[in-house]
Formats: sequence, structure tokens, C-alpha cells
Amino acid sequence: MRKALAVGRKEFRQIRRDRRTLMILLFIPVFFLLLYGYALNFDIKHVKLAVEDRDLSPESRRLVSAFVNSGYFDQVASVTTEQEIVDLMDRDGIRAALIVPRGLSRDVRRGVPVSVEIIINGENANTATTVMGYASTVITTESARYQMAAPGAPAPFVQLEPRVWYNPDLRSSLFLVPGLLAYIGMITAVVSTALAVVREKERGTMEQVRMAPIGTLPFIVGKSLPYFVVSMTAAVGVVLASMVLFDLPVRGSWWLLLLAMALYLFGALAMGLFISTVAQSQQVAFQIALLSSFLPTMMLSGFIFPIASMPTVLQFVTYVVPARYFLVALRGVLLKGSGFLAVADSLAALALFAAIVTSLAAIRLRREWA
Amino acid sequence: MTPAITVSRLTRRFGDFIAVDDVSFDVRQGEIFGFLGANGAGKSTTIRMLCGLLRPTSGTATVGGVDVARDPEAVKLRIGYMSQKFSLYEALTVEQNIRFFGGVYGLEGERFATRRAFALEMAGLVGREKTPTRDLAGGWRQRLALGCAILHEPPIVFLDEPTGGVDPVSRRQFWRLIDHLSQQGTTVLVTTHYLDEAEHCHRIAVMNAGKLAALGTTHELKQVFAGRPIMEVQAPSAVAAMRALELLPEVEKTSLFGTAVHAVLRSRDTTAASVVAGLRASGVTATSVVPVEPSLEDVFLDLVERASA
Repeated sequence: MRKALAVGRKEFRQIRRDRRTLMILLFIPVFFLLLYGYALNFDIKHVKLAVEDRDLSPESRRLVSAFVNSGYFDQVASVTTEQEIVDLMDRDGIRAALIVPRGLSRDVRRGVPVSVEIIINGENANTATTVMGYASTVITTESARYQMAAPGAPAPFVQLEPRVWYNPDLRSSLFLVPGLLAYIGMITAVVSTALAVVREKERGTMEQVRMAPIGTLPFIVGKSLPYFVVSMTAAVGVVLASMVLFDLPVRGSWWLLLLAMALYLFGALAMGLFISTVAQSQQVAFQIALLSSFLPTMMLSGFIFPIASMPTVLQFVTYVVPARYFLVALRGVLLKGSGFLAVADSLAALALFAAIVTSLAAIRLRREWA
Repeated sequence: MTPAITVSRLTRRFGDFIAVDDVSFDVRQGEIFGFLGANGAGKSTTIRMLCGLLRPTSGTATVGGVDVARDPEAVKLRIGYMSQKFSLYEALTVEQNIRFFGGVYGLEGERFATRRAFALEMAGLVGREKTPTRDLAGGWRQRLALGCAILHEPPIVFLDEPTGGVDPVSRRQFWRLIDHLSQQGTTVLVTTHYLDEAEHCHRIAVMNAGKLAALGTTHELKQVFAGRPIMEVQAPSAVAAMRALELLPEVEKTSLFGTAVHAVLRSRDTTAASVVAGLRASGVTATSVVPVEPSLEDVFLDLVERASA
């Protein structure tokens, strides 16, 4: 154990003196947090709206202000002809246009169904879908009010009343931060360990150490320990920063959160170690690390694309992506305040992954050293 | 006295390639044992087996009384190893490197303090403990690497081309350190390319294509030229002289030595005068023809040529 500490101390000093590693360990987490936290935002607010009110009645004005008061739409223009809408749309002045038909107030008072037209700029399909969702929410709410105001009108008996739990504002940052945490943890842990070990091979110091009476285990423990400490610190830092910047709640226990992060990072370090036994140069190690950890974490963990909507084959692949389990545990602990039992499955999966990869790395290393 | 290293019929294959082929020798305690050979002759593979890094395919080797195949970890406690790469951590300072290797060898307290002082003294780096290793010149780095490799006072030291890429003055200093170690009873097994360095060794093993081509003191090795005197020939054109010499029946073979030609003669009876006469017959005027003692380089070339013939 003393020897492991000697290796660990040396590694710490090396990290402190190695600018490149320091950059990977400290700069990247901050950079990604800011980049993804602010830029990768699926929320749409302040949709520029033009209104063509052909009815000009108290009812039509109510409808328009319902749009504006929803907070999602900003009325930027009042128009009187369809041509004006086309012009505004072309000049990118507006994303949507609301056309209130003549006779709205009369029909509503009579209890006759009315159609309100909304024109949406569909250049960006995602945005269009979201805007459409907002618009129909506003319309549904308003029409429910008319129905109550006009007795005898055909009212729907069952009404959908959506309530979104854990993230009532549907802020996508809350959904993204756990993914970001998984991503950052993977980068720092896998890349730094893989590079650190391969660098010793490249420089020939590995051979020197192997000539010394130090076993595989103390060497590995000593080698990984500093990276574990650093990536753990980075992960906690990301959580704290997200609490400040994005109002990330930590509804569950911090201990559970730390346990999940520790298990996940342990697996990631083992992964880096395993890569180092396969790669002979830092470049190769970096590329393998990129392919085997960045991409799956980004694409196959449910970070950005929901697993349930992936093709079946890919869904099976996600079972070996540790970030998948980590995300479930993280979202559970952070957003739902889940207790140990609720995330036990995910934690077990993470532990299993770490154990398997560690064994693989140990086997490869033994073979390499023998 | 039991030998420090015993090697018996040691063989290592890599697939079809036989890197070390049935090699046997002993190294006495306190001896400086030189390993000569071209690149790929099997020197480093032999050393790696002796250090317990590589398993022999067949044959046995004991280092410090321990069988390397059976207990490689115990071997590591008894040896120091330094390679041509001077494998120090370049980003770390002199002090931090010494601390790291001290830690890896399990040195502590008083003992570590003494050995640390020894290593700094030996490397001539007292007062420069805080210098990053990458800022050191080759000679210092090399001596520091040696210091780190022998921090734990191993009875046996392996040096794999320790003087590669180091200036002549530093090389001389380094060999003084090796002499000193040997006088204190440390066994040193050293591989080198430099034939002048081999003269420092008590005994030399010449390896060629995985086999042991010759083994002995420099004096013994030079006995291959007993009855085959060597003439050093100087002429305006060394190449023309070499061609003319090759044609003489009394010349066995020739090789170029700087601006001179060494001609190995078939018999002691051939005189310098007859060589001069023979050359003149081919139209080459020799400026001097003198008998010389065989150098290690002559020996080495002769051994390698005969082994590959």
C-alpha cells in the first residue's frame, strides 16, 4: 500500500505539472457545462408572433392576450393582410402568425365551433412542433372557457389536464445536466487514465517501474487514485455549478449521489486502464477512448436521444453503456429525490460494469507484464 | 564463491524467430561483464529475461541465487536496472524522481535519507534538487538514472546501453562510477555499442544472431588472431589499397579503419616488406605498413563475419 501511495503521489505531481492533462481535467468540464448548459437548450420562448385580427371584438382581443400572457409568444406585429404575413415570415421577422376569423365573438356566444388559424414557420421542424404545442395549449384553455360561458354547448366530458412532475417548467437544462455529468465524468476519467498509462509506455518509464519490486495491483491503484480524486472533484464541481447556474435541485441524498458518481467513475477509470493495455501510443489511446466512451455516452445513454425511441438493435447496445444506468440513477436522485431502493438496480449495474472492466483490464495487464 | 548470475541453455522464441538461442555463461560476483553485439543480436532480450520481465522459452537462469522463471519478483529485489532511455519522469524534479523510486523500492526514514544523499552526490546534483529532470543535460540525467536504479543497493546491476547519446566526457565519468561500483562488490552486466567501452569490462560476451559467439577477457578474445597477424596499411587511396590487398594470396581479409586498412594475414611469416612489394606490383604505393595489435573492433568484426559465414 505504501508503494501504491508512492505511485499516487508521483502521479499527482505529474498532473500538476502537465498542462495538457490539467486542461483535460479542469477546463473541459467547465467548458462543456457552459456550452451545453446554455447552448443545448431545447426550450423555446419569446416566439415572435404576428396577429391578424379580423374580428376586433373583446373576445378576439382576449384570445390574443391569452397567447401573449402565456409567456411563450411575443406579439411583434399587427397585420391586416395575408401578404404582410408572408413578408414578415420571409424576412424572418416572425415565427408564427395568428389569424382570428371574422365572426369569432358571434359564433362563440352562440356556441358554434370556430376555427382559428395559426401559421408556423416550419424551417426548423423541432421548433415548429414545440410552437404548435404551445399554441394548441393556449387554444384549448381558451375554448374551455367559452364552453363554460355558453351552456348547452357540446362540452367534452373528459378533459386532459397535464401536470408535469419533477420538472414542472419543462426546463430542458434540468434534463441535460445529469447527461452532462455523465459525459464529463467519462471524458476526464477515461482519457486521463488511458493517456497517463500509455505515456509511461511511450517514455519508457513503464519498463523502469516494472523492473522494480512493485506488483500490478499497487501500481494500478496508485496510478488511478489521483484521477479518481480529480474526476470526483470535477463531478461535484459540476453539480454545484449547475445548482447555481441552472437551479438544479438535489432532491435526494448527497450520499447516494456520491455513491452513484463513485461507481460510475470507477468503471470509467477501469475503462481507461483497459484501453491503455490495448493502445501503444497516446494518439491511438485517445481515439479508442473517443470511440468507446464519448460517443456511446453522448448517443446511446439517453442523454440526448431517448432510449425507448431507438431501433431495437441499438436499444440492446445501450445495455453495455454505463452512462445509461448512471443517468437513471442521477435523474432519480437529483430530480425525483429517489431513495436507495429506487436506484439500487442502476447502482448494481454500474458496480457490475466496473467489476467486469476492471477484471478485463487486470487480465490484459497481467499478460502484458508477464 | 557462487556466481552472481548463472545462465544455462537460455532460449527465447518470438513465434518463429529465435531471439536468444541456447546461451550459457556465468557472471562472477563483483565482475563487470560486457555484452557486445549488433542491434537485434539478442542482448536486450537476454537482459529482460534475467530481470524477470520476460519468460525464457527454455533453459534456466539464476540471478543472485534466484531462478528468474520461478520467482521473478524476488529477482527484482536483488537487481537494479537502467536502460538507454534514462527512464526518469521528465516533468518531475530531481528530488521527486528520487522520492518516487525510493517509494517504489520501499525505502524509508534513515535509509532513504542516506541513499538520497548518495544518489545526489553520485549524480553531481547536490543543490539542484528542485530542477525538473527535463532541464538536465544528458550526462547528469544518465547519472541520476543510475542513482535511482541503485537506490536500494542491489548486489547486481543491469545496464542496457547506458551511455547512448551522451558526450565522451560524461561517458568517461559514467564508467568511473561503474568501476567504483564493481570495486565495492556490485556485479555489473552492461551492454554497449562502443567498443572502447568494452575495454573497461573484465570479461566480454559477444552475441550474434541470438547465439553467444565468444566469451572471455579482451586478452583472450584477441587470441582469435594468434597466428594471424594484422598489418595496418596507409596509402593515398585506402580503397585502392584495399582492392590490391585482397588480391594478394597471403592476405586473408581486409577491413577499413578510418583512413587506414587492416589486412589480416594468413601466416606469421609474411613481413611488412613483402606486403609493400605485393602492393607495388599492383601499382599501389603504400606510405606505411606496420604490424599492429588486434583491437576489439578487429575481434568483433572477425567474430561476426565468421559466425555469419
